[in-house]
Amino acid sequence: MTLRTPLSRVRGLGSAGSGTGHFISIRVTSLALIPLTVFFLVAVISQIGAGHGEAVAFIGSPVVAIAFVLLILATAHHMRLGMQEIIVDYVHGEGLRMIALLANAVFAWLIAAAGVFAVLKIVFTVAAGS
Amino acid sequence: MNVQDRPLSPHLQIYRPMLTMMMSIAHRITGGALYFGTLLLIWWLVAAAVGPEAFATAQWFMGSWIGMLILLGFTWALLHHLLGGIRHLIWDTGHGFEKETLEWFARLTLGGSLVLTVLIWIVGFTVG
Repeated sequence: MTLRTPLSRVRGLGSAGSGTGHFISIRVTSLALIPLTVFFLVAVISQIGAGHGEAVAFIGSPVVAIAFVLLILATAHHMRLGMQEIIVDYVHGEGLRMIALLANAVFAWLIAAAGVFAVLKIVFTVAAGS
Repeated sequence: MNVQDRPLSPHLQIYRPMLTMMMSIAHRITGGALYFGTLLLIWWLVAAAVGPEAFATAQWFMGSWIGMLILLGFTWALLHHLLGGIRHLIWDTGHGFEKETLEWFARLTLGGSLVLTVLIWIVGFTVG
């Protein structure tokens, strides 16, 4: 299923090149982030003052680990799109804007990679220990 | 092409500040703050993955005064952006554009984010 309009699918473009996809992705990720943010808040509160062993056991449990991975991926995508909007609104020089957009992509991918790596490492450590 | 000589449309300082306008600006600012706030989540997860010492360092920082102040701001920004985002999703359905509704949305976003922040921290201090 695609959420794009028939016209945008035919052209493969929005009016500015790819605007429609950006608009829809922001909405879809924001929808996903509503329950994931509630999970995040509950998860963090449950781990206040927790020791390392306790936190690792918590993050490494299947449901929590999957929720964290989803949270990280949806967040990385959503924040990259949001920051992209801010950059194209305020950074006017062509070269500087290109650098800012690239830095934005790098930051979002690093956040996603580091977060998912950390969760997976914890999952496999817990699995190896049990 | 000389961009400088073009007439500009009225900019921010022309308008009288209104609640709805401030909420729109706050939505973008909280979004920008949360962008860098993700570093805290990643630090916490990576520290847990690295080992007890790295995790203790992260826990120590987040339990310090400066750490708690940042987390308090992070909590409020997250809730404000969450509620503001829900408001945007309601608008996407084509509803809620009446003047009174807009005003109520703005008040609920601001008031709700503040109340929820306080509630969450009360729960946090009770649990922790």
